[in-house]
Amino acid sequence: MSTVESRAATLDSGATTRRSRANKAFDIGGLILTLITVIFAVLWAFPIYWALITTLKPEQQAIAKTVEFLPRTWTVEAYWHVLVNTMIGRWYINSLVTSLAVTVITLVTSALTAYALSQLRFPGRTVLWYLILASFMVPLTALIVNHFILMAQFSLINTWMGVVLPQLIHPVVIIVYKNFFDSVPKEYREAAKMDSAGEFQIFRRIYLPMNWGVTTALAIVTFIGAWNAFLWPFLAVSRPEMMNVAVGITSVNDAFGVQYARELAGAILAALLVAVLYLIFQRRVTQAIMLSAGVKG
Amino acid sequence: MLRNHRQEMVVALLFVLPFVLIYGVLFLWPTFQMVYLSFTDAPLIGPGEWIGIENYVEMFDDRRFWTSVRNTAYFVVLTVIPNTLIGLVIAMMVSRLKGWQQSLILAMFFLPYILPVTVVYRIWNWMFNVQFGIMQYPLTWIFGKATPVFRTQWMFMPAVAFVTVWWTCGFNILLFLSGLRSISTDIYEAAALDNASRWTIFRRITWPLIWPVTALVLTIQLILQLKIFDQVYLFVQGGRPDPSMVMVQYIYSQAFQKNEGGYAAAISVALFVIVIVFSILQFQVLRGRGQK
Repeated sequence: MSTVESRAATLDSGATTRRSRANKAFDIGGLILTLITVIFAVLWAFPIYWALITTLKPEQQAIAKTVEFLPRTWTVEAYWHVLVNTMIGRWYINSLVTSLAVTVITLVTSALTAYALSQLRFPGRTVLWYLILASFMVPLTALIVNHFILMAQFSLINTWMGVVLPQLIHPVVIIVYKNFFDSVPKEYREAAKMDSAGEFQIFRRIYLPMNWGVTTALAIVTFIGAWNAFLWPFLAVSRPEMMNVAVGITSVNDAFGVQYARELAGAILAALLVAVLYLIFQRRVTQAIMLSAGVKG
Repeated sequence: MLRNHRQEMVVALLFVLPFVLIYGVLFLWPTFQMVYLSFTDAPLIGPGEWIGIENYVEMFDDRRFWTSVRNTAYFVVLTVIPNTLIGLVIAMMVSRLKGWQQSLILAMFFLPYILPVTVVYRIWNWMFNVQFGIMQYPLTWIFGKATPVFRTQWMFMPAVAFVTVWWTCGFNILLFLSGLRSISTDIYEAAALDNASRWTIFRRITWPLIWPVTALVLTIQLILQLKIFDQVYLFVQGGRPDPSMVMVQYIYSQAFQKNEGGYAAAISVALFVIVIVFSILQFQVLRGRGQK
């Protein structure tokens, strides 16, 4: 903004005094706006900070009447308690396995389908493409009853497979992949054909490596989505040892009254992995969100 | 040449096969089954008799069904527009910043979006806790006494909507940020030359140019929030679910608590239709945007 102003000032040399006064007022306005932004951001992030800091206090301090923004006594007792006395380790494994499975199966099947739709001719191609586009509109939430019935028929309730299968419908991944495969120059494919490379090789050696960035981005958001999924994992599993961590942490209550530090410690642990993933791959997460909303990121 | 074509076809079919299987078994089949089930009196698990449109007739006379429709609509009203406007305001604030400052501030606004809903629930249940919650300081100041927000009927939906906006706004902020970045700086420079005020710049330049993104965010939010279940279900735990029941929750309670598979399927079909109608609306909005 300041470069704009200074350029404007040099152009408009006839009205220097007026301009500089406006310039000064402008800067103060900008400063106030920045200050408001920072305050707002701090308030916005505060609940996460407050939850985190509560878990590091002893329970009596957590529920103390005075507001303490830092613990007087630092302790990890709440975490220790959650790790030892709940099945959180088991839940973590369940979440890891099911989320990885959802991610890998979704990406592999979607990439293959997108490649075929983008590069190959086969009967039913147009129909399939329109079906995928149409399913973009369909609320999977409305299918919970029949997904449950189907999984029960396959005896998959309370299994990893039962949690994974209904989460595999992600038409948007195919749409994004197809757009990217469409924009790979045809010359690569033709050259590879000259060297008598098979379609799978062309896919694996050219189209996939050229789009690793998209794959990483889609993989991260699919994983985070599966990790955070609530409704289906909550319906598909009733046995505590088969729960995902996001479901597990609210399924158990202490027998002797609520211990807030412990409850929150479980929550922090449940979010830890995805929060770290996001902080490492911020740019990719942003890109994937733009892409799936149909906006070029 | 002909052999080549055949080969290509076989390869292509092998490529799409895994997806088509998944799609057929886990999407098309359950969808057909849902419609079929809605015409029967089947329990959740087990066979039922064909009863024609009886479930739908019952649904139209069911006060609790209409309550769930009303509550869903109420939740949509409470979230969609605030979430979109707040997203735009924050995006405009963030877009003024540069470099690491922008990354840091953006991360602070975005972080809630990647949390699981149960974590969001735990955090805000703690914030609003009647005895120990830090939000009781402002609440006591406003209402004169400690207030159990999620146990006070008129406050329940607005409070859940508030938490939802906090949780999901990051998504909108990202979309608006990319929209704001694509507005040419030349226009702003020209406006600065004309000594235009901030408000004029917003009203005459930013708002009209960002409108396509706003429309996109509005429709995405609308469709998303129609499917509300998680937050309402979690925050009502331990209280009476009926007054704040939303559609997906009603499906859940009919199917999994009342064992009324057929009736739950009929409500599912209703939700299905509502969402598709709004999705077609979204499609039109997006197409209009593409033509521009």
